[in-house]
Amino acid sequence: MADAVLLNVVLYLPLLGTAALLAVPSRREDAVRQVSLAVMLVQFAITAWLYWRFDPAAGLQFETRIPWIPGWGVNYQIGLDGYNLLLVLLTAFLGPLVVAGSFTAIRKDTKLFYAMVFLVQFAMLGAFVAQDLFLFYLFWEAMMIPMFFIIGIWGGERRIYATLKFVLYTAFGSILMLAAVIYLVYSLYASAGVASFAFADLYRVRLPLPVQTLLLAAFGLSFAIKVPIVPLHTWLPDAHVEAPTAGSVILAGVLLKMGTYGFMKLGFPLFPDATQLLAPVISTLAVVSIIYGACLALVQTDIKKIIAYSSISHLGFVMLGLVSLELIGIQGAVIQMVSHGLVAAGLFLLVGMIYERCHTRDLAAYGGLAAVMPVYSVFVALLTLAAIGLPTTSGFTGEFLVLLGAFTAAWPQYERGVAYPLVVSASAVAGVVLGALYMLSFAQRFLFGAVKAPHQPLRDIDFREKIILASLVVVVFALGIFPAEPMRKTELAAREFQQLVLTSRAETRVADVRGSPGPQRAPVADSASKPTIVPR
Amino acid sequence: MLIAVAMALFALGLLGVIVRRNMLVMLMCMELMLNGVNLSLVTFAQQTASAAGAVLVLLVFVVATAEIAIAIPIVLLLVRRKHVMDLGAYADLKG
Amino acid sequence: MSHAQSLMVALPLAGFLLNGLGGNVLGKRFVSFVGCGLPIIAFGVALQCLADLTAREGTPLVETAYAWTIIGGRSFEIAFYFDRLTAVMALIVTGVGSLIHIYSMGYMKDDASYARYFAYLNLFLFFMLMLVLGKSLLVLFVGWEGVGLASYLLIGFWFEDADKARAGKKAFITNRIGDAGFLLGMFVLFEAFGTLDMDVINGAFLGGPISAVSASLVGILLFIGATGKSAQIPLHVWLPDAMAGPTPVSALIHAATMVTAGVYLVARMSGIYLHAAEASAIVAAIGATTALFAATIAIVQTDIKKVLAYSTISQLGFMFVALGVGAYGVAIFHLYTHAFFKACLFLGAGSVIHALGGEQDIRKMGGLARKIPVTFATFAVATAAIAGLPPLAGFFSKDEILWFAFASSRGGSPLLYGVAAGTALLTSFYMFRLLWLTFFGASRMTPEAARHVHESPMPMTGVLVVLAVLSAIGGFLPVPHYLEPLLPLPPVPPELQHVETTLVFVSVALALAGLVGVVLVYGGTGERAARLGRNFPLLHRVLFGKYFVDEAYDRLITRPLYWISDRVFLRLGDQRILDGSLNGLAALGQRGAALLSRIQTGSLHLYALLVVVGIVASLAWSWRHG
Repeated sequence: MADAVLLNVVLYLPLLGTAALLAVPSRREDAVRQVSLAVMLVQFAITAWLYWRFDPAAGLQFETRIPWIPGWGVNYQIGLDGYNLLLVLLTAFLGPLVVAGSFTAIRKDTKLFYAMVFLVQFAMLGAFVAQDLFLFYLFWEAMMIPMFFIIGIWGGERRIYATLKFVLYTAFGSILMLAAVIYLVYSLYASAGVASFAFADLYRVRLPLPVQTLLLAAFGLSFAIKVPIVPLHTWLPDAHVEAPTAGSVILAGVLLKMGTYGFMKLGFPLFPDATQLLAPVISTLAVVSIIYGACLALVQTDIKKIIAYSSISHLGFVMLGLVSLELIGIQGAVIQMVSHGLVAAGLFLLVGMIYERCHTRDLAAYGGLAAVMPVYSVFVALLTLAAIGLPTTSGFTGEFLVLLGAFTAAWPQYERGVAYPLVVSASAVAGVVLGALYMLSFAQRFLFGAVKAPHQPLRDIDFREKIILASLVVVVFALGIFPAEPMRKTELAAREFQQLVLTSRAETRVADVRGSPGPQRAPVADSASKPTIVPR
Repeated sequence: MLIAVAMALFALGLLGVIVRRNMLVMLMCMELMLNGVNLSLVTFAQQTASAAGAVLVLLVFVVATAEIAIAIPIVLLLVRRKHVMDLGAYADLKG
Repeated sequence: MSHAQSLMVALPLAGFLLNGLGGNVLGKRFVSFVGCGLPIIAFGVALQCLADLTAREGTPLVETAYAWTIIGGRSFEIAFYFDRLTAVMALIVTGVGSLIHIYSMGYMKDDASYARYFAYLNLFLFFMLMLVLGKSLLVLFVGWEGVGLASYLLIGFWFEDADKARAGKKAFITNRIGDAGFLLGMFVLFEAFGTLDMDVINGAFLGGPISAVSASLVGILLFIGATGKSAQIPLHVWLPDAMAGPTPVSALIHAATMVTAGVYLVARMSGIYLHAAEASAIVAAIGATTALFAATIAIVQTDIKKVLAYSTISQLGFMFVALGVGAYGVAIFHLYTHAFFKACLFLGAGSVIHALGGEQDIRKMGGLARKIPVTFATFAVATAAIAGLPPLAGFFSKDEILWFAFASSRGGSPLLYGVAAGTALLTSFYMFRLLWLTFFGASRMTPEAARHVHESPMPMTGVLVVLAVLSAIGGFLPVPHYLEPLLPLPPVPPELQHVETTLVFVSVALALAGLVGVVLVYGGTGERAARLGRNFPLLHRVLFGKYFVDEAYDRLITRPLYWISDRVFLRLGDQRILDGSLNGLAALGQRGAALLSRIQTGSLHLYALLVVVGIVASLAWSWRHG
């Protein structure tokens, strides 16, 4: 009971933080910064407590359910389960890092900036913990507005173009999703007579396969834009490059996971038959993302773009793991989500630090930094290795389990023994090699060789920056060496996800209108029955 | 018969609004339209022996008066700006 | 359950952390003490484990450290395993490793990044021990990638030089390509057996080939990983470039331990290879080809370390030939002896370079025998060992390989023997050439180098002597016999048995022929060598240019990759097509809006007309559909 209240506290703390900021006079910038950091640290502490209290065997926990619009079946329903636990923790963990990392980077309108960061935090957490589709959609849309301002006000030169592209692209997907949401809820109402937006109820809707496919496409488009999946990715490099450091960290660290979370919580479980039908297509797109993202990262000259394209590549692994429908792949995908959040956040923070010193993101302007900024270089090397997926880092845990899962994928619609999983994993493994190539090429030109940088002499990173980076690196290695504990907490959700996606929920075909019985499909058993294949 | 007159009044007024370029003349034509409507309302009231039409006429009178009270000063202010009564000169809101 | 193996693994890790985090602060003596002391203790622990193993008559010691993760009831554990093969490997790794650590104390004495060097070296040892002690392919893979990392860090140790840093990157990427094959092999095995435990997998193959998984496919995939790590064709290109690192690194990583990981992998998974005839044939073929290929390149190289690098590739090829014909124990035997003499050679080369103040070109050496006698003596012993002169170590192991290459009924053939024997001849030749040009004849040194020449300090020469002694007597250790319960020797058809002694004599003859050849060609003024070079210019260019493999890879793979990524994916795909269509849609929207806004003429008449038209239309419509 108390924990449920705490979850609400975690959610609304950023809003209270915004209110608290209003009370601080704009002139006292240091006070603004300290208040912001304090709020974020408290939020993280409470979230860590909830994580520790989370019971792996109990499903949805810390639930709050208050009727909101009874006529439509909309409730204010939030809770923690294995799906969002790690992502909520990641969001709360990155909060103080984002705030602390912006201390020296944001010089004008500081109060407004931190208010915007709080609002984004609020919206992202809300989207993760929402268990009601209306509430989820609300938060999903709400995320855009503060991000629009963060990129648009404190961003780089082409910030208006980048932020407009970002928002309009995402909004386009969201509109389609809205239409799908309405149709879905209406279907539930038409078939079961009860209007409800709750996830638990929507998981039981039965729809014919063509309808499922259309709805999956609508939901999927919105999520695919967010992930992003090639070819819907072109907003990402621009958004990352023009955003301020904090914006990039939030974007790469959490916002991109919204897309994969959407697939995992909504897209695939709501439309299982369509997912099974389209599984090869989705995994092909995932592999394309992996390789295309990696190839593009090879030829970039802007440091932030390299990391942006590497994000596309890494999240391709997540999609590959999710759609493998194997427990190993699904758990791997979850870990890869968290791992990428940490590693990408770290890399963007590093770029931000060097940008503050040298004011350029051109890779050609840098060289031999390991000689003049040794501590900084150690962190660059460590995070680069994590991005490459070196064993003992979280990147390895994620990638290895995803690839293993993808290789052993058994989709019920398609016969086992088909060479498809082999082709898919062979291509994905090529992604592993390319990943090493572009990250090491970047590290090479950046850290080694003759010393070259604008505005020398450069000062190495200070205490604040060291703490930020060290916290990230410690968690990265912890996830790499001891992933058992987090995975224990998410196992139930992974099983549930697999169960939901493998259980067919297509409507039975009714007889032909002209009187003669049309092709009958045997009525599929109740959705609570055993799945069509035995999961491994 | 009276209906025909009312319709003629209305049509003439409408034509005037569309065709004429002088602002005051346009206003006068709009009055013509309103009067045409009034006449038809009174005729209907008399034909159906109900008072509703007559009440409406009173309403129309009030609205027309209010409208003229606002319209003439607007025209006055506009003309003070540009010293021209021709409506073609006032296309500032285009695009 | 004892924790000896976990301790063995943890000691170098502790060394890495201590030296890495505190080394700069705590001074060189602390770094040396920790950096060398911990590996020596690890060697002691390995000996203890060997004693335990012997007491149990070969039953393996198993230790589970912890469960890495558990998914769906299947557990991936970090566990260690000590059996006879592990014992051999662990002793080499910790033993030769410790010796090289001690040598490094002298070699890197004046380097500013002394602490970082020992930290990396300890890190390498940690991962290498994980590799050999691992019970499952997962733990092995962790060690496998980890030594790749350590190798990257150590090759590019002097990173201020961009070329050296690039060499490290090349090593890592080439290894990664091999790792891709390794990963796929692991996946196939996991899918078939539900576990990555090597013992279980080998055991499953005991009864014969399994239908669920193609042994040859797995064999080939795992071998791809081995080619990457052990520098066989086509992934051999990183090893010569890796000579950019400090010489003790070359000795440890690129001679004695890391590159032998591939050999260890194949030997460890012998259960699969016994039933994978095609895969074994490929292993032997690639091993033989690589051995010959590298040997031909070595005979014209002029950098002392490059000669040794190609020699390593060649000797690894020998080991794979042995593996390919089913003589797993013999391959490990050669791994063992090779560790001794190759480490001795590399460290000796390091001593020469140190003595000459940095010179590595053998054309600028000569006449050093009397000036640096200890280095010379140890180098000579090791050279004789690698050439295969009895009774030194190399003779025994190489001879066994040649014998099984000829006679094994699991793939031995006269052709294979011919290639191997030819390589042995070339090996003897180029090694004696190296010895001759470096130490004998008139001095071709530059005056500064000549003045600088001095014998190396005690840590360095002491280790050289130990290794030379081991190269001499190491052949008497009955390693294949010791490993027989685990890795049985392949059967030999009885009609060939008698050929064995003949082949022994042939081996000795080949070794002596190499020596004689060198004396003939390079003796005296060395004019005959120069004449040979002039008479065969094309051949010399091809050999000196390493058959232009690097250039071919660059033209065929690297440049097209970058070209496609830039031109096709970035410019055409991302910018023109995707962004173009997006921006085009936005432009469409804007132009459409501009078009529509033309109605806003500002003319009231038009608006009034439109209102009337609208009213008339709606009236008409409602009348129609009334």
